[in-house]
Amino acid sequence: MMDFLGRKRKSANKAKERLKLVLIHDRTDLPPGMMEDLRDELIEVISRHIAVDRDQVRIQVTQDGRDQHLVAEIPLKPAKARGR
Amino acid sequence: MSARRTSSNSSNPAGGGKVITITSGKGGVGKTTATANIGAALAAEGYKVCCIDGDIGLRNLDVVMGLENRIVYDLVDVIEGRCKLRQAMIRDKRLPELYLIPAAQTRDKSAISPSDMVRLCDELRAEVDYIIVDSPAGIERGFRNAIAPADEVVIITNPEVSAVRDADRIIGLVEAEQKGPAKLVLNRLNASMVKRGDMLAPEDVLELLAIQLIGLVPEDENVIVSSNSGSPIVLDEKSRAGQAFRNVAKRLTGQEVPFISMDADDGFLSRLGKMMGRGG
Ligand SMILES: Nc1ncnc2c1ncn2[C@@H]1O[C@H](COP(=O)(O)OP(=O)(O)OP(=O)(O)O)[C@@H](O)[C@H]1O
Ligand SMILES: [Mg+2]
Repeated sequence: MMDFLGRKRKSANKAKERLKLVLIHDRTDLPPGMMEDLRDELIEVISRHIAVDRDQVRIQVTQDGRDQHLVAEIPLKPAKARGR
Repeated sequence: MSARRTSSNSSNPAGGGKVITITSGKGGVGKTTATANIGAALAAEGYKVCCIDGDIGLRNLDVVMGLENRIVYDLVDVIEGRCKLRQAMIRDKRLPELYLIPAAQTRDKSAISPSDMVRLCDELRAEVDYIIVDSPAGIERGFRNAIAPADEVVIITNPEVSAVRDADRIIGLVEAEQKGPAKLVLNRLNASMVKRGDMLAPEDVLELLAIQLIGLVPEDENVIVSSNSGSPIVLDEKSRAGQAFRNVAKRLTGQEVPFISMDADDGFLSRLGKMMGRGG
């Protein structure tokens, strides 16, 4: 893998990136493959009440020290697009 | 009790000496090496210290400390009442205030329970200032036995993906057992590999694990040389790993010690110093 200057990425950086992801899932008991399911179900539930811009929905686990937070960013469609 | 005894090690709830457990999750990262050297360094500072080999069935602390020929009784003998506590405490050859309680070699971890360890350590607290428990690898019975009596847990890891991952798991388990927050020793650092970007830097490991660092120990051939003769490396004034372990021992007694430089012109230690709010 290359960085934005086209340099070969150092193996220590790869190790750190891989560890970041692995630790999030180890700490939360949330299997990596579950994030997609969670995203789809969230969209489904929220869409029942309000129009969601499906393609722009982002969910991720962020870290604050040793605490994990599930952060969802769910853009809503503007009111007029809902055909009022 | 030694004259150097401080209030910090007599403030634990059970009273008397303090129990420090050395653990890691992953095997082979340096727990036994750390136990022998922290124990020797504390004894050299004037504290009365007893190291306990918690790795039942895979006894090793005795050879690392060079005391294998003096064993008569072991940990399981004390717990099962075949000898008195004092009879199982082997006095070190060089440091008169240092003792070892060896593991049983022909038994397994199920021979003792966490409450046995708590009882044994409570009795030992009256005899010594520090009790250093060498935990076996893993998260099973042997690990549970080792952390049960702990007032403080020190996690050893190496700058490698699998070792850091296992350390993180252990940190979580230690917290869940109300024994946290654990403290970290990063062992076998290779400064030139860190510099060329092929080894996780201490600051990376700290950012990932988010616990307090109390030691940075370089990869050092002398660790193997000293283990060949069964003499702790902290007694070698010139060895850098020895210096690093002496510093770990000082920090465990509550002294503020700046982190030693792994290399003359490295930038990461000063960055680390800033991160941790202390110099160098
Ligand atoms: N800083 C170091 N530099 C060089 N070699 C080291 C260093 N620390 C430990 N070693 C070597 O690594 C090997 C494993 O160390 P040690 O036995 O202390 O690990 P351990 O965590 O107790 O292993 P186990 O999980 O099997 O009990 C030993 O050969 C030891 O000499
Ligand atoms: Mg060991």
